[in-house]
Amino acid sequence: MKEGNLEKQFAELKSQVETLSKEGAENKLSMIVFSGDMDKVLASLLIATGAVAMGMDVVMFFTFWGTPILRDKKKKVGGKDLMGKMFSAMLPKGACKVKLSKMNMGGMGTAMMKSLMKKKNVASIEEMLELAAELGVRIYVCEMSMDLMGFKREEMIDYPNLSFCGVAKFLEEAKNSKIQLFI
Amino acid sequence: MSEEIKADKVMDLKGLPCPMPIVKVSKGIKEVEVGQVIEAQTTDPGSLTDFPAWARTSGNEILKTDQDGEAIKFFIKRNA
Repeated sequence: MKEGNLEKQFAELKSQVETLSKEGAENKLSMIVFSGDMDKVLASLLIATGAVAMGMDVVMFFTFWGTPILRDKKKKVGGKDLMGKMFSAMLPKGACKVKLSKMNMGGMGTAMMKSLMKKKNVASIEEMLELAAELGVRIYVCEMSMDLMGFKREEMIDYPNLSFCGVAKFLEEAKNSKIQLFI
Repeated sequence: MSEEIKADKVMDLKGLPCPMPIVKVSKGIKEVEVGQVIEAQTTDPGSLTDFPAWARTSGNEILKTDQDGEAIKFFIKRNA
């Protein structure tokens, strides 16, 4: 009778542990890149690639001002409405066009920072994106931001498995991640 | 007298800023067998804290750290 009880308790505990380990966070980093500032985007890519080196699975979600970072400067698409054309013209076309969040000084600050980065061997956003692709960092782009700013999928960079999503996809990934960041 | 550690692979990461040293070493260590040792040479002062943190997280072991002025050498044993 007593032994039977113990066995039952053991089975219950075992199933509880199994459920907990299923629900537990994975060794994963989920990041939202909201900012379109050169410095912040660079920091986010630095953390992402570093996390892969630390053995983590990394997923980045680009939304709002972060979205135009992923535009390809070489791609041209037509068929946009007036607002779409306006956003296309006013927002940076790709990573090479983004500015510093501070000390931009009409572009002079950003240019100086870029030359300093080259001198000190610090990778540019484009180079970091290439590295991220090579390391298997997954990138999702917010569909709503794309739609709002009138961007088309065809004008985004060629990044392996670049996908488009909504908030639920981020939340699903973030829920199972040990680290979540909003940049 | 310190014991000489023989490295099976040498990685020159000098002049590379963060995060490149750990990105490269995390790739490089997969190119040796478990139990083998790599020697990673860096000049980034941040690597003095980064390499031990990376090793603890990735389950590898830093056998020895040599510092001579700017030049830093890590001897890392692949455990994982």
